[in-house]
Amino acid sequence: MGKQVYYEDVDVGSEVSSLVKHPTTQQLVKYAGASGDYYQIHYDKDYALSNDLPGVIVHGALKNAFLGQLLTDWIGEEGTLRHLSVQYRSMDVPGDTLTCKGRVTGKEEKDGEHLVHCDIWLENGKGEKTTPGTATVALPSRCRAS
Amino acid sequence: MTQESVISTEVRQWVGRESEPVTLEVERGAIRKFAEAIGDSNPLFNDEAAARRTRYGGMIAPPTFLRSVPLPKLPLPEMPNLRRILDGGSDWEYFQPVWPDDRITAVTRLENVRERRSRLGPMLFTTLKTTYTNQFGQVAATQTSTLIFY
Repeated sequence: MGKQVYYEDVDVGSEVSSLVKHPTTQQLVKYAGASGDYYQIHYDKDYALSNDLPGVIVHGALKNAFLGQLLTDWIGEEGTLRHLSVQYRSMDVPGDTLTCKGRVTGKEEKDGEHLVHCDIWLENGKGEKTTPGTATVALPSRCRAS
Repeated sequence: MTQESVISTEVRQWVGRESEPVTLEVERGAIRKFAEAIGDSNPLFNDEAAARRTRYGGMIAPPTFLRSVPLPKLPLPEMPNLRRILDGGSDWEYFQPVWPDDRITAVTRLENVRERRSRLGPMLFTTLKTTYTNQFGQVAATQTSTLIFY
């Protein structure tokens, strides 16, 4: 595991360490099996085409998982994910490079926790934000209040 | 607001209804398999020995693992004219970690419904909130998702 990030280490505007993913059709099949989501648009090209799609598309929930990993990688084992919200605005396809990014939008101490609010998003290979979202994490503090 | 079809009038009467509960026994192997499928090698989700040295004292599930709880029969009427589904997004709130051997019970409630016209015809946006409760009666997480029927 990497170096632990602390509440005092981040400010509004700080960037979340980005995460690059290369989903393949094989990964979509693995995700279908692991999650139990067997909707055919994620592995059956003929079915996807007959549903007016460009081909098989990445599960929204897999992109949600990528953005979850963006945060759990960043906050380390001492951080806690409190809120994670994602919107699937555009479809993504296997074979593309998907990059998860984030930026701190606010900080607050609340109920003894050190909360950090972020905008998060996933970009396709063309740099288009297909999947925007927001998140709140609790980070450890260097100065323990108690 | 555009004119609404008979469908959304009928679906609106289902707002507030809940699904039957669905229960998942969380297996350590299923957590590892999920982590592998999403390409997440975090020791917390993969390596019991390494995770034991953390404050969790052992492996936990990654944030979206609860997607593997089997989907209950949704609290929606039959909609024969809207057979295609798109996932519009999810909003998660987390309260407790999910651990191996947890018994998670999920209930899904229809929160809201609205209709929009699109070039593909009428689209029905439904907001469904799933509450995941563990065997101690603690809410581990909630997921509010938008499912679009068209």
